[in-house]
Amino acid sequence: MFGLTALELARIQFGFTVSFHIIFPAITIGLASYLAVLEGLWLWKKDAVYRDLYHFWSKIFAVNFAMGVVSGLVMAYQFGTNWSYFSDFAGAVTGPLLAYEVLTAFFLEAGFLGVMLFGWRKVGPGLHFFATIMVALGTLISATWILASNSWMQTPQGHAIIDGRVVPVDWLKVIFNPSFPYRLAHMTVAAYLATALFVGASGAWHLLKRHDTPAVRRMLSMAMWMLLLVAPLQIAIGDAHGLNTLAYQPAKIAAIEGHWRNVPGAGVPLILFGWPDMAAEVTRYAIEIPRLGSLILTRSLDGQFPGLSEFPPGDRPNATVVFWSFRVMVGLGFLMLLLGFWAAWARWRRRLYLSRPLLRFAVLMGPSGVIAILAGWYTTEIGRQPWVVYGVMRTEHAVSNHSALALSTTLVLFVVMYLIVFGTGVSYMLKLVAKGPQIHHEPEEEAKPTGTGRPARPMSAAPDQVDPAPSAPRRG
Amino acid sequence: MGIDLPLIWAVIIGFGLMMYVVMDGFDLGIGILFPFVRGREERDTMVNTVAPVWDGNETWLVLGGAGLYAAFPLAYAVVLSALYLPLVLMLAGLIWRGVAFEFRFKADEAHRPFWDKAFAWGSYIATFSQGVALGAFIEGFPVEGRAYAGGMLDWLSPFSLFTGVGLLAAYALLGSTWLIMKTEGELQRRMTALAKPVMLALLAAIAVVSLWTPLAHPAVAARWFSLPNLFFFSPVPVLVLLASWLLFRALDHGLHAAPFALALLLLFLGYTGLAISLWPNIIPGISIWDAAGPPQALGFTLVGALVIIPVILAYTAWSYYVFRGKVRPGEGYH
Ligand code: HDD
Ligand code: HEM
Ligand code: HEM
Repeated sequence: MFGLTALELARIQFGFTVSFHIIFPAITIGLASYLAVLEGLWLWKKDAVYRDLYHFWSKIFAVNFAMGVVSGLVMAYQFGTNWSYFSDFAGAVTGPLLAYEVLTAFFLEAGFLGVMLFGWRKVGPGLHFFATIMVALGTLISATWILASNSWMQTPQGHAIIDGRVVPVDWLKVIFNPSFPYRLAHMTVAAYLATALFVGASGAWHLLKRHDTPAVRRMLSMAMWMLLLVAPLQIAIGDAHGLNTLAYQPAKIAAIEGHWRNVPGAGVPLILFGWPDMAAEVTRYAIEIPRLGSLILTRSLDGQFPGLSEFPPGDRPNATVVFWSFRVMVGLGFLMLLLGFWAAWARWRRRLYLSRPLLRFAVLMGPSGVIAILAGWYTTEIGRQPWVVYGVMRTEHAVSNHSALALSTTLVLFVVMYLIVFGTGVSYMLKLVAKGPQIHHEPEEEAKPTGTGRPARPMSAAPDQVDPAPSAPRRG
Repeated sequence: MGIDLPLIWAVIIGFGLMMYVVMDGFDLGIGILFPFVRGREERDTMVNTVAPVWDGNETWLVLGGAGLYAAFPLAYAVVLSALYLPLVLMLAGLIWRGVAFEFRFKADEAHRPFWDKAFAWGSYIATFSQGVALGAFIEGFPVEGRAYAGGMLDWLSPFSLFTGVGLLAAYALLGSTWLIMKTEGELQRRMTALAKPVMLALLAAIAVVSLWTPLAHPAVAARWFSLPNLFFFSPVPVLVLLASWLLFRALDHGLHAAPFALALLLLFLGYTGLAISLWPNIIPGISIWDAAGPPQALGFTLVGALVIIPVILAYTAWSYYVFRGKVRPGEGYH
């Protein structure tokens, strides 16, 4: 297809499917914790606003979760179908980590999800809260294992290579490999950020539409507190992550910085914008700040770090791509920080729910968390090329022996299917958001339960249908 | 060398796959039965009987895949690339049907029939591809060095297409008996009427596979028909007949839970028969000991598996207990 080789097709297919997959888990991780907090607050303070928000977000969560599960299913099989040499070579490390993820996380999420979504009136409030917490915990455990696996591929240690295959020698070293703590912290916080931005944008959108209810205000307020807390945290973690990457994957950092060669004795500038040219080995049109690169990465004004020209051409990642994907992530990170500060200032001036420019900015920033996550992963994954296991196995040796024909057929299948299925799913999620939180009625207030103690249509206070929302509130 | 790690892992993976077949079997079966039920309320009820548990059911498939990857990376690499196309089709089917659970309740009148179709078609494609993959697995594939050496379409054969159809019958039987247990009234009557022809179709499929496999594979024939194996294994076909007869009677007497239990037994027996035929090869020609990963990997994962699987079974059972009893029209979703 388009003259692409089987290797390129396999990479595109993996990149395409995982890019869709990561969007849903990020929101799943954030929303699951948010729901646990909401339910806890409802049980503690008995303020009905929390309960209504819980039911509102749990419907959106359900749609998102289903998409996370089915897109994840594809990932679990793709290691074997597309990267069979990698699976055979490194399966002794990545296989057990994935197996632990299934055992400790996926079952936990799936096992308690039913009770969480369908059991509001079938179990007591305490047990229901417990189920919500288990689902939230499952999502975090899941992130831990899969990131241990990915981090090991970035910064492998704790293994030996025997008979041409990886053998784990020290599991603690494998799991707690050098980049794992940074990646776990950075990704978990990224999920919380993306969710806070999504929730905040939903609240802001309703306020702009003058659907001004206590529930809507509460969700905007909670999201903005979260943002104020985690946006600066994320920048600090990202900075530490970068230093770690410099220590273990210097070529990636050189590519990210568009830094080709050192001038003896001089500090390295920070290139804000430019166009790294792989063939000419220069960064064109560079706008630089002198010595800032040294300051950030070496904490001194004239420290130096390796430039990309110092690596053999066959070992260089594509600087043009990662230079820009990194700047997208960091740029959005600082915009998030700005939103957090602005909202805090508006809150202090008692204009958080009224300032229309602020609300518009919050709506605009809604998708920025997800975009930053994708940009971050592109930086990480493309920046480690040409290795699939850094310094140990090259990507070109990992790929299965499929023909380009087979791969392009399945690629077209995935692209068409993902666009239809996940496009529809996302539009349903947005329509649910647009309906806004509804007042939820407890069983006593509703039709009496039927004979067996099973009420008719639990949570049916708000019709689920959203396409097009027939009963959408038309307030204001 | 005390414990035989590959052996234990083969048993765990076999158990995981069996859990998958019986648990996702009945919820895929519901999709297979969808075209036979037209009423919207009845379709809602059918979906609601499994909505709280389907995700957990499907996780056993992920465990099967991940367990294979962890313990037998060679088999994972070879089997998954040999069965590339049927597995991609299976995943495609599972995607459509998985999201349809949620989407058909969110769609408006105009789009709902589309997601109903997606639910049914997804279930058919997923089941059929699993059956085809099973048939291709029984037939075996060429391996050179440590990689699959066959072509893209080697899995396609009359036998594998036949096992695909056979699995449709098996899951439809599980689905219909599950619904007999979980519903009442007209829907339950329809399922009782459907269960019998489906069961006959399944019996026919089991019979054909049982004859076809030993005829085509002398090693399998030798496994079954040599003494003393014949003594040990002959209860399997006898029990199959007995279970079918009991299932017929249970349907006639209008029992609610017994048909499902007997359908489970029937599937379990079919599964055992297959295991006997294939043992101890994980890829035809390559034994579990040849395909196993290093002991450091198997041992590490085993500790977790032995501790955690019982816990998983416990909370899964609890979740089924919470959602016990009949599902009535108009109840269940959110
Ligand atoms: C940082 C988090 C994260 C990352 C990087 C990944 N996943 Fe994921 N995955 C999750 C976080 C997650 C989750 C939060 O646990 C999900 C999302 C929604 C859900 O149901 O669980 C999930 C679902 C999910 C499922 C379905 C589980 C089920 O049946 O319940 C599978 C099989 C995978 N994932 C496999 C993978 C693979 C093989 C990945 C690597 C390429 C991967 N995921 C990346
Ligand atoms: C979830 C967020 C992730 C995203 C968005 C992502 C993105 C990508 C992209 C774009 C590529 C292609 C890079 C290239 O070919 O230039 C890639 C490759 C790859 N990634 Fe990731 N990745 C993610 C997580 C993971 C995880 C968690 C693992 C492993 C546990 C992983 C394993 C791989 C492998 C095996 C390849 C194949 C090598 C290659 O295609 O170059 N990825 N990923
Ligand atoms: C603004 C300051 C930020 C800095 C300095 C920063 C730094 C970094 C660095 C250096 C990497 C690559 C690590 C490696 O490949 O070894 C990375 C990856 C990543 N970033 Fe950021 N980041 C920032 C903001 C953000 C934000 C706001 C998000 C999302 C909301 C985000 C999400 C990610 C993700 C998902 C990855 C890939 C996973 C990983 O390697 O941790 N980052 N970041």
